[in-house]
Amino acid sequence: MLGYYFDLALRSLKRHRGLTVLMIVAIAFGVGASMTTLTVLHVLSADPIPGKSDKLFYVQLDARHADSFTPGQEPTDQMTRFDSETMLRDARAPHQAMMTGGRAAVELDHDAATKLLPFDVEARWTSADFFTMFDVKFLAGAPWTAADDQKAARVVVITKALAEKLFGSTQVVGRPLRVEGTEMRIVGVIDAFRPVPHFYDLNTDNFGMGDQVFVPFSTSVELKLHVDGSMSCWGEDNVADAEGLNAPCDWIQYWVELDTTDQVAAYRDYLVSYSEDQAKVGRFQRPPNVRLRDVPEHLDHNKVVPNDVKLQTWIALGFLLVCLVNTVGLLLTKFLRRSGEIGVRRALGASKRAIFVQLLVESGSIGLVGGVLGLGLAWLGLLAVRHQPTSYADLAHLDLPMLALTFALAIVTSVLAGILPAWRGCQIAPAIQLKSN
Amino acid sequence: MFRMKDVSKIYRTEMVETHALRDLSLVVNEGEFVAVTGPSGSGKTTFLNIAGLLEELTHGEYTLDGVDVKALDDRARSHLRNEKLGFVFQSFNLIPDLNVFDNVDVPLRYRKLTRGERKKRIDAALERVGLASRAKHFPAELSGGQQQRVAIARAIAGEPKILLADEPTGNLDSQMAREVMGLLEELNAQNTVVLLVTHDPEIAARAQRNVHIVDGHATDLDRGGSPLVRPVAQAAVSV
Repeated sequence: MLGYYFDLALRSLKRHRGLTVLMIVAIAFGVGASMTTLTVLHVLSADPIPGKSDKLFYVQLDARHADSFTPGQEPTDQMTRFDSETMLRDARAPHQAMMTGGRAAVELDHDAATKLLPFDVEARWTSADFFTMFDVKFLAGAPWTAADDQKAARVVVITKALAEKLFGSTQVVGRPLRVEGTEMRIVGVIDAFRPVPHFYDLNTDNFGMGDQVFVPFSTSVELKLHVDGSMSCWGEDNVADAEGLNAPCDWIQYWVELDTTDQVAAYRDYLVSYSEDQAKVGRFQRPPNVRLRDVPEHLDHNKVVPNDVKLQTWIALGFLLVCLVNTVGLLLTKFLRRSGEIGVRRALGASKRAIFVQLLVESGSIGLVGGVLGLGLAWLGLLAVRHQPTSYADLAHLDLPMLALTFALAIVTSVLAGILPAWRGCQIAPAIQLKSN
Repeated sequence: MFRMKDVSKIYRTEMVETHALRDLSLVVNEGEFVAVTGPSGSGKTTFLNIAGLLEELTHGEYTLDGVDVKALDDRARSHLRNEKLGFVFQSFNLIPDLNVFDNVDVPLRYRKLTRGERKKRIDAALERVGLASRAKHFPAELSGGQQQRVAIARAIAGEPKILLADEPTGNLDSQMAREVMGLLEELNAQNTVVLLVTHDPEIAARAQRNVHIVDGHATDLDRGGSPLVRPVAQAAVSV
């Protein structure tokens, strides 16, 4: 019977071409605009580390002085070097990593047969557990070890893209690489690693291309490698060595991996007790004020998705609603104009349900065509987004779930738009129509 | 075959109640050809709509081919209408988008028939009304008489027990009207009950039996047009 209804829908759509085109265009524009903005929102608000995002926690402590203290205030965004290094040594979580962003000029060993000049890449100064915690996939080699961290070893992990650019191969473990003029040994080559958003450090570009070079934090400190990120200091007017061990400055991100709720509770207790201990020795002046947020909470707290993207999505969905209301009106007109035919079908044996389904199939068909057209418009919309000067521009692509959602949205939209008109249509009293015809 | 007992139909609005039928009783037996006449507003069309299960009655009983229709839901009523009844309307009521073949196919689509079975029935029905060669034509390409013959083909394709015709010749010239009446008589001769609403005395005179509806009451008439008293036991007419 569905085949028959599709056939009838096609005939009806052909007969009222103008009206049909108007409805299809309305749905297509509504779906196109919604899908463009929803896709951008979907990309920007995606879980950057699926399966693990509820196990990774961002740590915050409040090491600031007592002046301008307000109860309930948020701790500092990042951690001091002293606290990070102490907690890393304490190792109270199954895995923990301290880190900060950086930039470094890389070049091959002088003897290497290459004409590549040194060039700057985004870098990360971190500790050994980073790779395990964030599920970084190694194509060759392995992460450096905690021992490397302790002795500030000259080791480096690079991305596949950088390895191929420098060496034309990923099998480069053991080979030397100069980082800011210091020769380091490549211990691992990782696959492309670009979590979106760049959750583990929201002080640099949230949707950027990601880090290409990874060096132990201790090494970066020893070599005074350039730090790239935000930093705030307190207490003194001018902090002489802001990156020094005891500097009253927050500039380090600290992450822990906690697998169970018991571990989370225990770690929270540890943070409180650590804060109390620091207060006892006079470093902390405020009551213990700690935060332990998992990845979604951390992203949400930092409002990672730009407000204009959210606003655009709401506007587009509002536009879709307007299109939907218009389509309801047009379908209502269309179906009621066919009261005579509906009356005849009822007289000849069609139940109300059969008429309802027939009319819904017709509106669903409009949605299908509108969806295909809307998909094209969404593609064009995303093309336009990709030409915008934003860091997330290159991410704006329709993936399979969004493709499926486009069709679902179009069909659901048109079926929703069709429900009221179809209901009104199936309620048409055949007797009146047959006589008035 | 067809039995109405004390059927009333009342249309209610906030302001007024209109009694379209009042305690109408009528029994129609197999093979009968009944002409239903009456002045405008007498309730003829309401009677036909209720007989055709297109409207629900307010009071009374209605049994169609042994089925008490009052207890049926919309789905069952639609199924019964599709199986037992055929309709022929004054204004033909063909679906303009569909060609002749597909118009005749409409009632068959609501039955679980195979494609082959439907085609067989449509071809036979069109053959019977003499329009087999026009199967691919659209209603707009046919004359009024031809359109009415398509409507009859559509009505009989489902092999109904009762054919309900509402002024089937009302929009036709006399030649066409005769042809259509001939067709209805032919169907009646093959044991299809015909219930025909008309206000044309000539058309009514061709029926075996005349029922006159005035103010929602039905009365059997004799050949001279006078009320006919029938034994109550037959329950053919009652007021």
